[in-house]
Amino acid sequence: MTVFIIRRLMQSSLVLLLMSLLVFFGVFAIGDPIEIFIAPDADQAERARAIAALGLDKPIWEQYVMFVANAVAGDLGRSFVFNIPSIELILQRMPATLELAIVAVALSVVLGVPLGMYAGYKPDGAVAKTIMAGSIFGFSLPSFWVGLMLILIFAVELGWLPSTGRGEVGTFLGIQSSIFTFNGLKHLLLPALNLALFNISLVIRLTRAGMRENLPMDYVKFARAKGLSKRRVILVHVLKNILIPIVTVVGLEIGSVIAFAVVTETIFAWPGMGKLIIDSINNLDRPVIVAYLMIVVLMFIVINLVVDILYSILDPRVRLGDMGK
Amino acid sequence: MKRPTLTALALAAALGLASATDVSAQALTIGVGGNITSMDPHFHNLGPNNGMAQHFFDRLVHMDERQRPTPGLAESWRTIDDNTWEFKLRRGVKFHDGSDFTAADVVATYKRVPWVPNSPSSFAAMVNGLDISVADPYTLIIKTPAPRPMLPIDLAVVNIVKASNVEAPTADFNGGKAMVGTGPFKFTGFLPGDRVTMERNDAYWGPKPHWATATVRIMTNASARSAAVLSGDVQIIDQLQTADLPRMRQNQAIRLETVTSTRLIYLHVDQERDATPFAFDKATGQPLAKSPLKDKRVREALSKAINREAITRQIFDGQAIPAGGLLPDGMYGVSPNLKPDAFDTQAAQALLREAGYPNGFKLTIHGPNDRYPEDDKVLQAIGPMFTRAGVETQVVTLPWATFATQSNRPNYAYSLMLVGWGSDTGETSSPLRALLATVNPQAGYGASNRGRHSNPAMDALLTKALQTVDAAAREKLLMEASEVALRDYGLIPLYYQVNLWAMRSNVTYQARTDEYTLAQFVKPR
Amino acid sequence: MAGAIQASEGTAKVETPFRRFVADFTESKLALGGLIVFAIVFVAAMLCAFISPQNPYDLRQLDIMDGKMPPGSVSSDGLKFWLGSDSQGRDMVSAILYGLRTSFLVAVTSGFIAAAVGTTVGLIAAYYGGKIDTFLMRTVDIKLSFPAILIALILLALLGQGTGKIILALVIIQWAYYARTVRASALVERRKEYVEAAHCLALPKSRILFRHILPNCLPPLIVVATIQIANSIALEATLSFLGVGLPITEPSLGLLIANGFEYILSGVYWISFFPGIALLVTIVSINLVGDQLRDVLNPRLQK
Repeated sequence: MTVFIIRRLMQSSLVLLLMSLLVFFGVFAIGDPIEIFIAPDADQAERARAIAALGLDKPIWEQYVMFVANAVAGDLGRSFVFNIPSIELILQRMPATLELAIVAVALSVVLGVPLGMYAGYKPDGAVAKTIMAGSIFGFSLPSFWVGLMLILIFAVELGWLPSTGRGEVGTFLGIQSSIFTFNGLKHLLLPALNLALFNISLVIRLTRAGMRENLPMDYVKFARAKGLSKRRVILVHVLKNILIPIVTVVGLEIGSVIAFAVVTETIFAWPGMGKLIIDSINNLDRPVIVAYLMIVVLMFIVINLVVDILYSILDPRVRLGDMGK
Repeated sequence: MKRPTLTALALAAALGLASATDVSAQALTIGVGGNITSMDPHFHNLGPNNGMAQHFFDRLVHMDERQRPTPGLAESWRTIDDNTWEFKLRRGVKFHDGSDFTAADVVATYKRVPWVPNSPSSFAAMVNGLDISVADPYTLIIKTPAPRPMLPIDLAVVNIVKASNVEAPTADFNGGKAMVGTGPFKFTGFLPGDRVTMERNDAYWGPKPHWATATVRIMTNASARSAAVLSGDVQIIDQLQTADLPRMRQNQAIRLETVTSTRLIYLHVDQERDATPFAFDKATGQPLAKSPLKDKRVREALSKAINREAITRQIFDGQAIPAGGLLPDGMYGVSPNLKPDAFDTQAAQALLREAGYPNGFKLTIHGPNDRYPEDDKVLQAIGPMFTRAGVETQVVTLPWATFATQSNRPNYAYSLMLVGWGSDTGETSSPLRALLATVNPQAGYGASNRGRHSNPAMDALLTKALQTVDAAAREKLLMEASEVALRDYGLIPLYYQVNLWAMRSNVTYQARTDEYTLAQFVKPR
Repeated sequence: MAGAIQASEGTAKVETPFRRFVADFTESKLALGGLIVFAIVFVAAMLCAFISPQNPYDLRQLDIMDGKMPPGSVSSDGLKFWLGSDSQGRDMVSAILYGLRTSFLVAVTSGFIAAAVGTTVGLIAAYYGGKIDTFLMRTVDIKLSFPAILIALILLALLGQGTGKIILALVIIQWAYYARTVRASALVERRKEYVEAAHCLALPKSRILFRHILPNCLPPLIVVATIQIANSIALEATLSFLGVGLPITEPSLGLLIANGFEYILSGVYWISFFPGIALLVTIVSINLVGDQLRDVLNPRLQK
């Protein structure tokens, strides 16, 4: 187990280094950030001053070496745009994205598992067919289109929910989140639903597939023969078995959801990390782009590790040592 | 006029006031399209930041909603001689912490401006070379190395901070510690990319804002902004996208305010190179050895091939004004003789024949797709117009980051490009100097002259104007310079943008040419 | 499952694997419908130059004065806009057909390249095993642990916009799915007797890999390809919406939707509504086909 974790961490730092190198050198290929920031009527002296102020007057190798040295010390540079340490900027936005992602994932499990179980239990019924057709739509609808439709219907036409932004933040058990206020939940519902749509479909399908694979299996027959009720067999024994792939996928999806929040945050003006990275890409704000990627990648590495470990606990047949192969 | 009317008015006003004391009515939420990047008023010379700073800070000279200078922290100013100015400061002005404002704060501020670390675009040019002396705590004498008629306008963008904060880093402003100004609002919070919050400064020297608290929400997505004002989440939004106009007009709960902005959208034409990179022979597709764009008649033909009315009507729903000059009529230095070219495809074809291109040629036009409202749509509309006149035109749109780098010095990669220019100073010297003067980086001439137009006669007129202190004489010189440059088709003006605000019908806002949305001027109705 | 149908149809015919596959596939009316719809959409898109009333990419045929006309209007040139026109005066029917072609070209081209790269990697990993396998599969794992949208954003931020660049981005996103799938089935195949037999005949490795193992890995590969093409179309639309996708002068479906969306609040719904429907129909039909393919080709679900 320890060997596995160490090896995984070594691979991960290699990935981090490679990626930072690529992005650091590549990000100015499409344009010069000075052209974006400088007042268009600036003279020569002002231009030279700005280039030096952003540290862009040094050779790129030197800039990178400095970046790596600082990064090891935990400093990922200052945003060109905000003049705020990139890490601080990202951490400021992270809670908003995390709460959105967590609610979206929770929604997908709460809605997806029961629907999927029903669809797998009576696969030929009209309801099951409707659920499955619906899940295909969930896969196929482009997220940005759905988001704007949700705003159009629920905020503009019906006026039930606020259109954009994050609501009031409440504190519960020392955690600050907009989940803890009614106003916050109202703001959260539409973007979370929008973000969850794909995962609801995914969970429905995984659950249905799990049901269809497990129901014909011998243990189900034995349990039924033993006289256990159908309800108990499905809700306890089958559910436990199909939860394994669902936990894996949902765990891995947290990462995807955080990344996909880029689209949702753009539409719903949600003040999270996703919106920050889009703005930073448009502004060629290299310190933030690099820092965002480093943090997100790190987050992925941790999530994957946790899922793998969790998986080995849930399913004793899986040995961690094999997973590197 | 008559007594009863006045009484009725007073009564209505009293009633209005009574209802306005209601707590909920005293909180204002604004949705702005520009991304406010810092609270430090000297960190980044950027429209959204400059507008935000005006809530918390004052300047010596203020600009009214038509960008005309009005007294700010300076009650009056005059020239003693061509190189010496005297500013009389307002007495009794208090900072948010209760301390008095004096000349020392101005001196300290102007010292801080060129110092701000990591500033990607500073205000240094506004205060460089100034020799400032304090005659008494409320009188400043400023000497300039050369005559500088624009000084009050330059100083109208430099916000005055408290002298004790002269060495405060940007972080102290973002965090609020150094947010001590004299402005109509006190700072209460800044969440980058999300919102800025503030409360009324009850000790403000000027007209006090109506709102006890105000929140400015940063909403860069135009559809999200529109949805927010339609649903009542915010009371007012700026930069309304024209596509939403019909819906806003239908809605009884929404009012619109508009004003022609000082931003001109125009075409820059490469006039420097003998062989320009994006003009091709129609038959062979090979680059033309002799650039047709150097010929004034060809530039005139292109201008006449453009149906400006169609662009403003179809793309902007009428909320853009066809342009023939550098700034809208009535602004300082605008010549009344410059009118938009009439759309006339035949005249354009005749001019092309005259210039030796009876069959036209091939051209590629470049422009940004994320910089100006509907920029990509305008580019796509111009393509067919040129093509119909015989100049077969390809359209390439790029992100601003790429376009800005490639189109300007030193790359000058394009032949014909769509760009915009907003005149912060509200007078024609700004576009003449940046867009049309012969490129001279040391003098700050032609900093954005992407077409490298060069006309010594115009340069001479402009240089003279920039050193003439007498306002009337200067305006005449600027008019003349504009006429010389535009009669030569140094650039092809397209249209002036219109600034659009949409608000709930219970508030009003005086539309501003400088595009700022200022909470102190949002009034209940 | 398919027994009843085969019994009625198959009396006179010999049951080949292909016939059996067809019979299994057509068992689902939904999937069959999906296939038919997809075929129609695909053919129409490929023939857009011949069947659409206008060439929406030819600037000479566009007039801004014909912009934003509602469905059924007639343009200044006498062209009837059955589904209306967009803000530039493009006929929506034509724009949708050309847009579909662009979307398909991007998705299919990137799919093919990704499949080629991924298959090669997967076969090599499965066949050689050991360190090579570990290295390749670890790369695949790392790649798959990052969501597609994130990778696409980084790549397009580094590369800039353009059709070629978006294809490249989509290839980089997709290859690992193919690699993983092919490796999994190739591992199973490698242990089978026919491969051992081929070894005994001393056939060259490349021949064994591509002529013997690969054909047996095709069924899962087809399933992955179907799903990936649908995903690519959706991803390209999303990227175009975010403003990092295709150039605006030759819009794909995603770009048409994004362009039209600003008008939706004002009742000019047709610019993004119809391309949205076209996109939806295309992706749903592909997914329906892919779904059934997976059920049919998955041996575990067969009776």
